[in-house]
Amino acid sequence: MKTVNLTIDGRPVSVPQGTSILEAARQAGIAIPTLCHENDLSIAGACRMCIVEVEGNKKNLPAACAQPAMEGMVVHTNSPKVREARKVILELMVANHPLDCLTCEANGKCKLQQYCYEYGVKESSFTGEKRRFTVDDGNPFIERDLEKCILCGKCVRVCHEVQGVGAIDYTGRGFDTKVTTFMDKGLAESPCVSCGQCIYMCPVGALTAKPSKGKGRDYEVEKVVTTCGYCGVGCQLALNVKDDRIVGVTNLPDSHNQGYLCVKGRFGYDFVDSPDRLISPLIKENGEFREASWEEALDLVAQKLGEVKAQYGPDAIAGLSSARVTNEENYLFQKFFRAVVGTNNVDHCARL
Amino acid sequence: MAGLATAFGSGAMTNSIEEIEKANVILAVGTNTTEAHPVIATRVHKAKTRNGAKLIVIDPRKTEMAARADIWLRPYPGTNVAVFNGLLHVIIAEGLTDDEFIARRTENFAAVKEAVAPYTPEEVERISGVPAADLVAAARLYGQAERGSILYTMGVTQHTTGTEGVLAVANLALATGNLGKEGTGVNPLRGQNNVQGACDMGALPNFFTGYQKVTDSAVREKFARAWGVPELPGKEGLKIGEIIEGAGAGKVRALYIMGENPMLSDPDITHVEACLKNLDFLVVQDIFLTETAQLADVVLPAVSFAEKEGTFTNTERRISRVRRAVRPRGRAKPDWEIISALAARMGYEMNYEGPEDIMAEIAALTPSYAGITYPRLEKGGLQWPCPDKEHPGTKYLHKGKFARGLGLFNPVVYKPSAELPDEEYPFYLTTGRILYHYHTGTMSRRVEGLNAIAPCGLLEINPSDACQLDIKDGDVVRVVSRRGSIMPQVEITDRVAPGVVFLNFHYKEVAANTLTNAVYDPISGIPEYKVSAVRVERR
Repeated sequence: MKTVNLTIDGRPVSVPQGTSILEAARQAGIAIPTLCHENDLSIAGACRMCIVEVEGNKKNLPAACAQPAMEGMVVHTNSPKVREARKVILELMVANHPLDCLTCEANGKCKLQQYCYEYGVKESSFTGEKRRFTVDDGNPFIERDLEKCILCGKCVRVCHEVQGVGAIDYTGRGFDTKVTTFMDKGLAESPCVSCGQCIYMCPVGALTAKPSKGKGRDYEVEKVVTTCGYCGVGCQLALNVKDDRIVGVTNLPDSHNQGYLCVKGRFGYDFVDSPDRLISPLIKENGEFREASWEEALDLVAQKLGEVKAQYGPDAIAGLSSARVTNEENYLFQKFFRAVVGTNNVDHCARL
Repeated sequence: MAGLATAFGSGAMTNSIEEIEKANVILAVGTNTTEAHPVIATRVHKAKTRNGAKLIVIDPRKTEMAARADIWLRPYPGTNVAVFNGLLHVIIAEGLTDDEFIARRTENFAAVKEAVAPYTPEEVERISGVPAADLVAAARLYGQAERGSILYTMGVTQHTTGTEGVLAVANLALATGNLGKEGTGVNPLRGQNNVQGACDMGALPNFFTGYQKVTDSAVREKFARAWGVPELPGKEGLKIGEIIEGAGAGKVRALYIMGENPMLSDPDITHVEACLKNLDFLVVQDIFLTETAQLADVVLPAVSFAEKEGTFTNTERRISRVRRAVRPRGRAKPDWEIISALAARMGYEMNYEGPEDIMAEIAALTPSYAGITYPRLEKGGLQWPCPDKEHPGTKYLHKGKFARGLGLFNPVVYKPSAELPDEEYPFYLTTGRILYHYHTGTMSRRVEGLNAIAPCGLLEINPSDACQLDIKDGDVVRVVSRRGSIMPQVEITDRVAPGVVFLNFHYKEVAANTLTNAVYDPISGIPEYKVSAVRVERR
């Protein structure tokens, strides 16, 4: 493939032909701000935050995500002209965006908030009508507050391009443009499968995980990287933990699942603190369970298994291990049966 | 697993999840990928929409995958083998085989060629109901693919002829050279978070870790030495169905169940209950008082995945870390601690500091896991085989050489399912999963939002059948098989063909496995969940 050479912020960069300026800059370690860009999605060029100055181009400031790098280009990603234009873009967004960061779920991880901070945008110099929408909270997991939507379209693209569902799309034009469902009926009555990929993509607070609301700011939670406990895809995710409780899930874009999850992986953690959890060993007496100490319960199990082994031999004992527990635990379980009980009667539900 | 191990020498998914995007043709058989493996379905969707891959789906139900397919073959439940043989028949007849691959990398092709000769498209149409022209079109598409990837799940295996089904699928890939290279393969998508790992770890009656045979005396000696015991049993143990039967027959007197719920997951659960009640002693270790735990003499409280350290191995053989996020609830303990404590009481010390210590022992005894260490897993998962500490892991298997040497063609013939519809039980019942719940529902049914979306188990029935039975959407009906009956609500949908009904098995209130037939594939021991006969009665 042909290589093109260009200069970005004074640094020489060589990239394959067709590479965007945004990608070329990233390869050179230069970060350009973006709101609507995502590596695994098509290029929208909608937010204009990634505009850059190209020497010789007097007409406009091209969007780095959509403009291919060309031979000999001299690009400035952070010139005064660029910074001023980005500031205006942010002011235009903020003009039609609630400034309720105090209570917004996205506070601390909102890219609009971050860029306003970086570019010193306190309030908008543009005043006028603001959009008024009712919050769509019919879905048990996903809340949509369209007044906060900046129309970057990442949710629409991920729903169509990755999930293949297409539950949402743009309607209306100009000021009336919004992202919504078929006939504007709300997510609950749409083909939405509650995967929450849209929440993962949303750079602001327009889409939020309902079960996490009010339970902890992004910067307050500890993020524990682990493997999902549901199906065999083994998606990587981070459990958000606050005060010894799981309060949400964070996506991990660099994982084999590319950060994508399904409804169970993203939202299905409540069972951990279900009131039905077994919290004590139980021994059945006269058909009723009673709580017991670990000592008593384990002594009884050891005694009973010992009796059966003595009377009927090791092959009268069997074990069902589990496709749910860890490798280490499965290993110990079969070791227990083979080395301690003395039988190969050990299986699990791989067949079911 | 048994089928692929016979054909290739390894029972695992040959290729990786990310490679699905590199396939030109994806043949998805008996896999409701969008619901059972949703994130893998995104790869299929991207392969299609971004790279122009073609999708062939073979499924009796009009799943979302079927709806998205370029070619959808809808066989009668239980007739897979005829369809697979028919595809190979056409591929051979039209000269689409990879003769160089067959000559260099495989053996026994002649026998398979002879075996598929009778499976003309017309004959396959007679057996399966798949139109001959569609079968031919699908065979051409897969046969001509530069990189063809086969995905399958329990729709292939949960039959009395499941092993034959897998072998027939393997024959297709062997004949077209779709193995040992990127974006191809025969890829069984494993259904549970650590089902691959449980198999790898020897939670099987015939294998130690890494599929080392219990019948091999050298292997037994190695493990006996490592474990510090004079000898280990050399006779293969009982499979899950045989364990349940053994309990009923008084041959198995004590049973220790860890994190399984056969009272919902096993076929013919009325019979399972009778068998479990016949035990002298049942101990169940779980995080909830499941239907199975309720029958136990002793219940040991374990912790969830979020409360412990360890590893899971996913469907693409990737070993990933599980990390403790919250403290154990109540007095519950990680399973490994419970097993160690029990072993000590039975006179055997298991002195592990923690899961990392256990993994070191696994790696020392298991060639395919030899390179696995916790520090290495910090940088992300590793795919086995990973034979040493420098090995980067294996993205796809059988490159240049099969695990067994040459790829083995296995001739198979179509045999009907054990129980077919008749006058008394006129419907095919087939079972599976839905997106919003998981296996026996012990976890997912305790998540409020999931229950809000999917509150009850529904019987899927075709509009024409519903009309004939005068049933309306949402009606409660009685579904009766030779084993028992349940009363689910009805969902009228063309996802099922006329004459076929579908139930998921997540709901204890309408437990599908009350109805299913406890007959098993004689080799794999997998029950025939995908085909039994039922009658639907209006109340």
